[in-house]
Amino acid sequence: MSNLSSLRGRIRWDLAIMVASACLLFSLSIIFQDKGEKAMDISWAFFKEMAFVLPAVLVLMGLFGVWVDRRLVIRYLGEGSGIGGLLLAIVLGTLPTGPLYIAFPLAGMLLKKGARVANVILFLSAWACIKIPQELVELRFLGWRFTALRLGLTIALLVPMALLAEVVFHRHEQESALSPGGG
Amino acid sequence: MSLTAVVIDALVAVCLVLSLLKDREKTKAAILIAWNALKRLAPSVLAVIAVIGLIVGFIPAKWIASSIGSESGMVGALVAALIGSVLFIPALIAFPLAKSLLDMGAGVMAVAAFITTLTMIGFVFLPVEIKELGRRFAFLRNGLSLVAAMIIAMIMGLVLG
Repeated sequence: MSNLSSLRGRIRWDLAIMVASACLLFSLSIIFQDKGEKAMDISWAFFKEMAFVLPAVLVLMGLFGVWVDRRLVIRYLGEGSGIGGLLLAIVLGTLPTGPLYIAFPLAGMLLKKGARVANVILFLSAWACIKIPQELVELRFLGWRFTALRLGLTIALLVPMALLAEVVFHRHEQESALSPGGG
Repeated sequence: MSLTAVVIDALVAVCLVLSLLKDREKTKAAILIAWNALKRLAPSVLAVIAVIGLIVGFIPAKWIASSIGSESGMVGALVAALIGSVLFIPALIAFPLAKSLLDMGAGVMAVAAFITTLTMIGFVFLPVEIKELGRRFAFLRNGLSLVAAMIIAMIMGLVLG
């Protein structure tokens, strides 16, 4: 699989960016003493915050990964249809962990197994942006009001978006033979 | 250490103890997953922390405020949305970055657009998505996500801005 090698490449790339930005921060801070002090203080403050929150969030992700069986997710999503299926797609998308590129093959399999397009889009979107451990970090840095409003709006908009995508998808794909499934 | 951080740490500690009581091996595996994720994330976390220092320390706040501040309106939000679509930093790390941008005078609208596109749209992953799900599906999902992000951003800007 090319996924693994591209992952390695990304980590190397991340390392390079880390070294470059750290060097830039240190050298600028030494050249411009007064501004540099503020910059270093800010970075240090954020470092401390991350040090307190990040390990806990990652442990939570690990626990999800171990206790929530991915095969279960596939099975229920594949069968899901109607409003229950849509809700299930969102809820299941929030539970498992891992980056989006793990979810793409899963979603592809779901599509091939005959899951609704809307369900698959909801699943992917929920996977991408409403993961529970991730939200703890959003809560910490952006506050209750921002987090709650953004999550609420996201869920409220995802459902019509997924249904619209499904209609467009079917109209183009099966123009002649099948009509988009209404029930 | 903030109250929210204490609550989060306590919550996770409870989950960890429950998991440990139920199954030692699974808990060990979970911690191993967390450790590997930490190793994978550490470089970008540190890079973003340095970038936050650079932005706050060396970029004048009025630049941020004029380019993506609340005065910049839809254009600022669109700029932030496009940046969010292209960047591939994990959302976990983007939240502190968003916080420091807000502190420097960026608008709620722009920051909401930035975060939403960052999580839902990934130009870097587009080839993978096309390969796994097909061109039509990928373009539809990403396009509609961009529209949704802009709507979310607009409403958030109106409510919280």
